[in-house]
Amino acid sequence: MPPAPQSLIETTAEALPVSVGAKPTSAKIFLLPKARMSNATASPPKPLHPAVEKLKSFAGSILPTLIMIIVLLLIWQVATDRPGAALPSPTRIWAESHEVIVDPFKGVEFGNGGLSIAEGGDVGVAGHIITSLKRVAVGYGLSAIIGVALGILIGQSVTAYRALDPLFQVLRTVPPLAWLPISLAVFQEAQPSAIFLIFITAIWPIILNTATGVQNIPSTYRNVAKVLSLNPLEYFTKIMLPATVPHMFTGLRIGVGMSWLAIVAAEMVQGGTGIGFFIWDSYNSSLLSDTIVALIWIGMVGFALDRLVAWIGRRVARTA
Amino acid sequence: MKKRSYLALEGIEVGFPTKLGQFTALRDVDLEIQKGEFVALIGHSGCGKSTLLNVIAGLVKPSRGVVFLDNDVVDTPGPDRAVIFQDHSLLPWLTVEENVRLAVDKTRPKASKAERRDWVRHNLALVQMDHALAKRPSELSGGMKQRVGIARAIAMEPRVLLMDEPFGALDALTRASLQDAVMSIQAELNNTVVMITHDVDEAILLADRVVMMTNGPAATIGEEHVVTMARPRERLSAIDTTDYARARHAIVHFLHERYTNPLDRAA
Repeated sequence: MPPAPQSLIETTAEALPVSVGAKPTSAKIFLLPKARMSNATASPPKPLHPAVEKLKSFAGSILPTLIMIIVLLLIWQVATDRPGAALPSPTRIWAESHEVIVDPFKGVEFGNGGLSIAEGGDVGVAGHIITSLKRVAVGYGLSAIIGVALGILIGQSVTAYRALDPLFQVLRTVPPLAWLPISLAVFQEAQPSAIFLIFITAIWPIILNTATGVQNIPSTYRNVAKVLSLNPLEYFTKIMLPATVPHMFTGLRIGVGMSWLAIVAAEMVQGGTGIGFFIWDSYNSSLLSDTIVALIWIGMVGFALDRLVAWIGRRVARTA
Repeated sequence: MKKRSYLALEGIEVGFPTKLGQFTALRDVDLEIQKGEFVALIGHSGCGKSTLLNVIAGLVKPSRGVVFLDNDVVDTPGPDRAVIFQDHSLLPWLTVEENVRLAVDKTRPKASKAERRDWVRHNLALVQMDHALAKRPSELSGGMKQRVGIARAIAMEPRVLLMDEPFGALDALTRASLQDAVMSIQAELNNTVVMITHDVDEAILLADRVVMMTNGPAATIGEEHVVTMARPRERLSAIDTTDYARARHAIVHFLHERYTNPLDRAA
């Protein structure tokens, strides 16, 4: 079939000049906006003072949050501003819990190389928070050390993984409060059993994430270590720890959040001191406004703890 | 006692247990390499080149056969057989200088701090990376990372330098500049080198001898070609020489006639 290729060549030959001719126009179309844009950048708006620019960008990032909070408060106010409402309105909370809001540090003494919190229940919210934070520091500190160690163990050894992982998988699903009776039975006292509760709640994500991190060390890093003949200690400090830091801190971050959940639960049941107790106590005294103030405090402190651990993680990852 | 070459592989066989039974990757590999010789191993993907290199490195234990280095049996990894990995494998949390320093600290434990520092910088200067001492690998291009990888390996002053497709992940132009860097370093240090590649031109340009491997399973050495081009070699003038053409002819016929890519046959 000789005619077919003939016509094919003819059509392409015809098409060619058209497409060649079309190219410059399309290029012009594309160039036009570009040229305008460069004109615009040639005379930019008057630059502001850098501090003003910074303030502007800061306001831009925080403004949506602020507006959202105001909107929510307004809805809350409108919905609850009537006699017999189940929840107090924001203005009522301000009126009823004025003392709690403006004087959170009641009964807390700074100085003498430390801070002391007054005995008995008559302490501001901050005082209760500090008591709770102390417990968290001990319980979470223990879970961080033991959790990382166990995580490295089961991440490194297949036998240890097979032996312990099923156990951990089952235990990690036990809610914090379910540990409380056992904890009380073993420790007999409120303080150590609260700390144990925090420990047992926070440890699982730390163990499991650390183990995942160790298991996922790229084989090329292991090969580098082998070629360099690093001894086990050098391998641990120079390869394993720095390679595992991101996973480890994911676990530590989840852990700190969970430990904060656990402390409130533990103190609500056990009473005495701490922010959990404060909530329970104010509920029992029908001071719902105080409860709401405490709730906000708990949220803020939990948020701060999470950010703190994340910040430490970033610092460690940079220096490791 | 039999006189062995500087690096001698004798009757190497590597098998892996799989679900379908024993899989033999390499069989009856015998290879002799002289001191200061640059050998390129070439073959299709999956033929076991990397496995063979890992056997020399001590990272893979052969099921049969022995590797001798200077008449000593080597069967564990060690800094005397430095490896340049395809993916550079620099440690991302260390700076360029610290990455090389880690190797120098291990291989020169007796040197003073200042001596080690100078040695690290000297080797980074050899690969033209002394301008980026404080940078981290993530801040470098692929070619720069591999330069640091080379510096780390040569700073160990290995008895054998092993290169596992060192430029496989780089674009053609970067690859050419790294090949030039390797040639100039090799002219200076005269290392014993085993390099894996599947780039025919790279093999001819860099190597004194090109060792061609048959396809797996049970791959072995099929043919060898001594590249007779004089050194120093220069990319542009080299490609027009008859030596180059002869080498290219031998390798291309081996790879695409006698042992075609197993994937081509499947397709």
